[in-house]
Amino acid sequence: MELLCHIGNGVLSITAMITGLALVFAALLIAKLISPRSYSVKKAEAYECGIPTRGASMLQFKAGYYIFAILFLLFDVEVVFLYPWSVVMKDMGPSGILCIGIFMFVLIMGLAYAWRKGALKWE
Amino acid sequence: MFDFGKWTSCFNDWLLGTGMADWLAVLIECVIVGVIVLLAYTVLALFYILYERKLCAWFQCRLGPMRVGPWGLLQVFADMFKILIKELICLKGTDRFLFKLAPYLVITSSVIMLACLPWGNGLQIIDWNIGIFFVLAVSSVGVLGILLAGWASNNKYTLIGAMRSGAQMISYEVSLGLAIMTIIVLSGTMNINELVWAQEDAWFLFKGHIPAIIAFLIYIVAATAETNRGPFDLPEAEHELTAGYHTEYSGIHFGFFYLAEYLNLFIVSGIASLMFLGGWMPLHIPGWDGFNMVMDYIPSVVWFLGKAFFISFVIIWFKWTFPRVRIDQLLSFEWKYLMPFALANLLLMTVFVALGWHF
Repeated sequence: MELLCHIGNGVLSITAMITGLALVFAALLIAKLISPRSYSVKKAEAYECGIPTRGASMLQFKAGYYIFAILFLLFDVEVVFLYPWSVVMKDMGPSGILCIGIFMFVLIMGLAYAWRKGALKWE
Repeated sequence: MFDFGKWTSCFNDWLLGTGMADWLAVLIECVIVGVIVLLAYTVLALFYILYERKLCAWFQCRLGPMRVGPWGLLQVFADMFKILIKELICLKGTDRFLFKLAPYLVITSSVIMLACLPWGNGLQIIDWNIGIFFVLAVSSVGVLGILLAGWASNNKYTLIGAMRSGAQMISYEVSLGLAIMTIIVLSGTMNINELVWAQEDAWFLFKGHIPAIIAFLIYIVAATAETNRGPFDLPEAEHELTAGYHTEYSGIHFGFFYLAEYLNLFIVSGIASLMFLGGWMPLHIPGWDGFNMVMDYIPSVVWFLGKAFFISFVIIWFKWTFPRVRIDQLLSFEWKYLMPFALANLLLMTVFVALGWHF
């Protein structure tokens, strides 16, 4: 139960992070040492099925995804707000339903509005 | 059950007993933790590559890799070595910094998530009191890596693949979070260790009965989409987008995305087994003391890995059974069906908990 608690979670999280960075770094280093290297103009072109690339590729993109990103922001913040409530729900009892009912009502109205407006429709 | 925490505390006492400074002991322990995580990561990745290839072959009435080693067991090592000796190509016009940063983000987020999972009784590294919330937060960093990879590659296929992947992963994250929250309402804690111990008498799937089972189904669907696996593998739809966001990556650069994908499969299965199937907790049935005693003799690591591999099997099974969906079907499925259902299910669970209709 008391595993590694003398080290502290912050230090352990940073250890895991450094481990991940070290894994990528070490593997890249090994690959650089043993892999061949050559350069040619043709090889450095983007792969688009053998057809020469037309125009820039880092361009502005279809707004269809943009609306979903905004919806996601809305609902992710909502999930963040719901988490603290979910931990104490068991102790609150029936009053917990009322509290979250009002919050959920506003939220579901928002979703219904977005739905009616056609934000969920893919065009 | 054997408590692996005894080993670590024993080791810690021995280390401090040799008379070294505290910070040095902590440093040595951190290095050991890092090496263990690294080993677990690589071994799991190698295992999963073989697992997927073999299962895929069996679903299609083939034998799978058979030539290298007995039953093709050494095939993965050959593959990994091959991928290491391939040339790393950095294309003209790519954003070099972001192009090289992307694998770091993807791998690091999955390593941190792996370190949060409880492998057995006392076999857990990071144990925040907000445990499961921390895992969800770290998992969203992986999306950034994928978006960066697609954007920096200077290729239209990768850009479309990354945008699809981003839209898909952020959408399904909402219902994933709601399904996990359903169980937190039931348990009243977010600490991973406490979540496992709360399932000592019965797993949450049985404790919460109807809403927990619905949440489990929602979780499995959302997790399949979250790991970009079929039938939701749109970002890698090879007939439209060549290989999606990692088209331009070669050699081990591509290997990182490959590894992270398999590790994410293990991590979502691990979280499913933790939240719904008791983590490393053996199957206990209240009142059946003899049965519970027998179940306790099976080591906790075997329980955890067994459950995780079973759920991975189900997700791989989905991939080789269902045809791929379209992007509009995918997004409308999430926003019009899965997410409202998850919200309604959360309210249902709230009512059950408030009225005490759970075990």
